[in-house]
Amino acid sequence: MERGWGEVMERPLTQHIRKDGRPLTLKEYEAVGGYQALRKMLKLTPKEVQTLVKDSNLRGRGGAGFSTGLKWSFVPLDTPKPKYLITNADEMEPGTFKDRILLESTPHQLIEGMIIAAYAIQANISYVYLRWAYKTAAQAILSAIDEAMAKGYLGNNILGSGYDLEMHLHTGVGRYMCGEETALLNSLEGKRATPRAKPPFPQVSGLYGRPTIVNNVETLCCLPHIVNKGAEWFQKLSLTGDAGTKLYGVSGKVKKPGAWELPMGVTLRELIEEHAGGMQDGFKFRGALPGGASTDFLVEEHLDVKMDYTSVAAAGSRLGTGTVVILDDKTCPVGFVENLEHFFAQESCGFCTPCREGLPWVEKILSAIDSGEGKINDLKLLEHHTKFLGPGNTFCAFAPGAMEPLQSALKYFRADFEKHIHEHRCPY
Amino acid sequence: MLSSEEILEIKHAIKLVPYKKAASVEALKVVQEHRRWISDESLRDVAKFLEMSPEELDSVATFYNMIFRKEVGKHVILVCDSISCWVMGYEKLRDQLFNRLGIKYGETTHDGLFTVLPNCCLGTCDCAPALMIDHDLYRNVKAEELNQILEKYK
Ligand SMILES: Cc1cc2nc3c(=O)[nH]c(=O)nc-3n(C[C@H](O)[C@H](O)[C@H](O)COP(=O)(O)O)c2cc1C
Ligand code: SF4
Ligand code: FES
Repeated sequence: MERGWGEVMERPLTQHIRKDGRPLTLKEYEAVGGYQALRKMLKLTPKEVQTLVKDSNLRGRGGAGFSTGLKWSFVPLDTPKPKYLITNADEMEPGTFKDRILLESTPHQLIEGMIIAAYAIQANISYVYLRWAYKTAAQAILSAIDEAMAKGYLGNNILGSGYDLEMHLHTGVGRYMCGEETALLNSLEGKRATPRAKPPFPQVSGLYGRPTIVNNVETLCCLPHIVNKGAEWFQKLSLTGDAGTKLYGVSGKVKKPGAWELPMGVTLRELIEEHAGGMQDGFKFRGALPGGASTDFLVEEHLDVKMDYTSVAAAGSRLGTGTVVILDDKTCPVGFVENLEHFFAQESCGFCTPCREGLPWVEKILSAIDSGEGKINDLKLLEHHTKFLGPGNTFCAFAPGAMEPLQSALKYFRADFEKHIHEHRCPY
Repeated sequence: MLSSEEILEIKHAIKLVPYKKAASVEALKVVQEHRRWISDESLRDVAKFLEMSPEELDSVATFYNMIFRKEVGKHVILVCDSISCWVMGYEKLRDQLFNRLGIKYGETTHDGLFTVLPNCCLGTCDCAPALMIDHDLYRNVKAEELNQILEKYK
């Protein structure tokens, strides 16, 4: 298992993706070892599967990075039916496009992962909660579910094991909050997608009040490989303490924007310079959101930060979704943040006051500063919001997420804000 | 009045959930699929069918971006206005689209053919700017290509 330049890097999740983008059929997936993990797993007890995944050190790829095996272990195993397993495929974090790739290209990998997760918590009903905009993915998943049903991988008495699992595709109707797991549950129940109070956690009382696990697409796609090759192998894929590979992406003014599966823990510099081909001619790097709209900026001094949960957190931000958005030197940081806060103000679910009232206010202030009408006191107002909409002051993690790019922009690009205010115009 | 086809599809959605109200989003999707948007009358009909008040159903309908409570044109154009598309200059594309169709966000062309709406990140940020027309996604769209794209929907 050598790694490094000149050696072949392992890309378990994406190595079989077809060049033409067409999803792997069941036959094609089986030909590259598909559904072998399912056979192997059915011989283990649910607790053994949980332990394996806990040992692998897999952390949730939906953004929070919580240990997947540990999360499952909170589900009471010996309760009466039903229990639920749900794939969070609502990808709507601005700047994020990684789950789409897995959904469109290898739907069976996701389905196999879902069966493993469902078995580990003994759920008998599963859903893929898919974003409405992902039309190609919807087709791919629907036909993959049909194929898996026909082959006996889904349905009653899977491969003669006595274990039953049904699977449904649910397409949403568009709202960023549907990605927050408790809001997702409300949405599946036909309600407004506002979040629920925790506790009780979904693991105990989730969909229709039943024990439920919600996992991200990429998290679930790791599972067949962990079952096939073991916990230790999975840990060794990574360059750091956070196990596995990661689907990273880069967008913005780089030469080759895109997404790549790489060992967890490559540096931000390597992502931008090696994989994204460096900055476009005439543009310089100024900063980056490491994992979507709701993560703090990293700047030049952070280029050598390892892109894993622990290291990015130590640098004052979050790995989030691992899809990087680049801010270049010809793009106005104030305008950049204004665009983000416009998104957050629009997508706030309106359930709690600080977020509902605060975000439009933040957007207005930013818009005023950007158009040259800002006052120096506005910066204090913005800072005030980053505290009062921060962790612990709102009902869910949405508003604190919205404050992350703002508070770091005020820190790293303060001179730009001040220049707008003093010159009464946007200098870009 | 709901058509017999709509009723059949809503009944199917109800079968998959523990109680009728839980099918509210699905039922709205069914009616919108048939009628493009949800009028006050449709809202009342669906609410009655699901045994809920029109107000309660409207609170669900108005929550979601892709349930249209105002009439839209035959084709809905969604312009991604999120961060990566902004960095890559989607505003030029948007303005060209407004000029070409003579409408702004939220409006429908006189011939009822197109409605233009802003939309959050379409999940294809490495190919920005992006837009969607009905079920079709367009990536790396250049303002010069717009005419050619729109022709397909006439
Ligand atoms: C506002 C908000 C939006 C979210 N959107 C998503 C999303 O689109 N996809 C996702 O997997 N997780 C999303 N999450 C995280 C989920 O709440 C949840 O933590 C995740 O789906 C758990 O899966 P994991 O443990 O496999 O990471 C979001 C969280 C918040 C607060
Ligand atoms: S923080 Fe925002 S998104 Fe979360 S519950 Fe409050 S209003 Fe809704
Ligand atoms: S920001 Fe436009 S597609 Fe993601």
